[in-house]
Amino acid sequence: MVLEILDILISGLLNGGIFALIAVGLSMQYGVARVLNVAHGEFIMLGAFFTWTLYTMLKVNPLVSLVICGPIVFVIGYFLHKTLYRRIRLSSESQGAFEGNSMLASFGLLFIIQNLAILRWGSGIKGYSYLNFPVNLGGAMFAANRLVTLLFAVAICIIFYLFLTRTRLGKAIRAAAQDPDAAGLMGVNINQVLALCFGLGALMAGLAGSLLSMSFRVQPTMGLEYTVIAIIVIVLGGLGSIPGSFIGGFILGLVGSIVSHFEPGLSLVAYYVLFMILLLVKPTGILGR
Amino acid sequence: MNRVALTSKKFLLPGLMIIALILLVTSPSYISAYKVMLLTSILMYIVVSVSWAIFSGPTGYISLASAAFFGVGIYTAAILGRILPLTYVIIIGGLVSVVLALIVGVITLRLKGMYFAIFTFGLVELLKHFLLWWEINITGTRGRFVISVHSETVFYVMIIIFVAVLLTAYLIKHSKYGLALQSIGEYEEAAEHIGINVTMVKIATFAISSFFIGSAGAIIATRWTYVDPYIAFNPIFSFMPVLMSIFGGLGQLFGPVLGAAFFAYLEESLITKFPYHYMLIFGIILVVAILYLPDGLIGLAKKWKKGSLSSGLVELLQKRQKGRKEV
Repeated sequence: MVLEILDILISGLLNGGIFALIAVGLSMQYGVARVLNVAHGEFIMLGAFFTWTLYTMLKVNPLVSLVICGPIVFVIGYFLHKTLYRRIRLSSESQGAFEGNSMLASFGLLFIIQNLAILRWGSGIKGYSYLNFPVNLGGAMFAANRLVTLLFAVAICIIFYLFLTRTRLGKAIRAAAQDPDAAGLMGVNINQVLALCFGLGALMAGLAGSLLSMSFRVQPTMGLEYTVIAIIVIVLGGLGSIPGSFIGGFILGLVGSIVSHFEPGLSLVAYYVLFMILLLVKPTGILGR
Repeated sequence: MNRVALTSKKFLLPGLMIIALILLVTSPSYISAYKVMLLTSILMYIVVSVSWAIFSGPTGYISLASAAFFGVGIYTAAILGRILPLTYVIIIGGLVSVVLALIVGVITLRLKGMYFAIFTFGLVELLKHFLLWWEINITGTRGRFVISVHSETVFYVMIIIFVAVLLTAYLIKHSKYGLALQSIGEYEEAAEHIGINVTMVKIATFAISSFFIGSAGAIIATRWTYVDPYIAFNPIFSFMPVLMSIFGGLGQLFGPVLGAAFFAYLEESLITKFPYHYMLIFGIILVVAILYLPDGLIGLAKKWKKGSLSSGLVELLQKRQKGRKEV
């Protein structure tokens, strides 16, 4: 009994770490840049595939490829905002129209990235084995790579939080999150900051993908599931709240591991039910404004 | 029919439409069976797109629930197809969608903007995963066989739904409800203040539009013969109507028709040979349409017409406006 609870708790935390990381990324994109990026999961997939390619072709350690994949997806995200979303932002008449159009554009992006990936890597499932030995945690057994994933995910979130709260650029981002127009008037280069936020969101997704590829299988269609989870988490945590997304990730991870302990087929259903109840009862989320 | 009636502008468009309809209805007698199937697909996409545009076009609420209504219709046909005659199955497929739409409408009353889109998309995934779990664990199957119907019957039923959805869309657009929907899209609070029962209008329109998607799903399922939750609740059926309508042009009734016809044809010609290229092109056109075609093909045609007129032909334009006033 105690062992079972421990098992549920730890696997919840292990899932929660990665959920938190991808949700913090989406939170930057939707909370600050106001782009509900439904292609978020595709950046995760890209990160995972880059890591897989580096590992199988050049034997690059997956933890080393974090510092290679991260910047690549960051640059992709940054220029996507500079070109695509900036244009939509300028041509949309209202905030609502921008959010609608940018969401639809990111659906287009989802299809583009996903199918390019299928054309490049094929639609099959890929995987490799790294740090794949069991670790005993008080009687519950877990693969070492999942623990490493959790550790890195939490560390990246904390570093990012410190960047947001302690640096000048972080201050500019927080100002843009509160009111982009006012921040612009205060001398923040708003286009630059929004593109940076979008790029940072993609960076988180890419890092999450690299970490995920160590313990889960990789395939071009893996993205959407993570996108949906990230959307649920940012609503759960409160839109635009980074700590909210972080905590929300762990809450959803625990919910998932509890449900799948009793009925493995229903964990996604449980996420959606939780999400729908949340939208109806408290759409502002646990730490929302 | 006399010449005066045909040449006068008032009768030209309805006349052309009736001729097109007659050509469509009689087409199985002179085109190949494959072309009839292609026409059926085109009609199906038109039905789904126009239904989507009835609600989402004027109000600006992006509904991603189309796949849910479509899937509900498909499963109605899969479950009831063996016991009930086709007509009942199709009507029940539509009605079950209406019930689902009413439920969604009532619980999403307070959701605005993006939340509505996310909620409706979540609905598709929720139904899919729940049904998958239910089928595997409770009924012990994964997919179901649907009793098949002659492809010409499918075609004629699709034509009936197609005509019904166009008529409904036209009537709604040109009634006071159409105006109410428009004003909700422009400024919901103001619409409420001038006495429009915003909630009622939104829910009723959403439900009406879902009827056609559900019945289209019910009839097309008989052509697919085998369905499982992944086929029935494929999210592509939520995005297709959005893209087709935006690409064609949302403001006009014919925009979604045009967009749907274009993509249905593109899909038919590409998907068997290059499925991934098709989806890639789909994505690229979606992005390009949002960037460069805010009013769709119809808007583009209008702009082009206007542009060529204003370049020096002011007189002609004025003449035309005068003429229009007299008509």
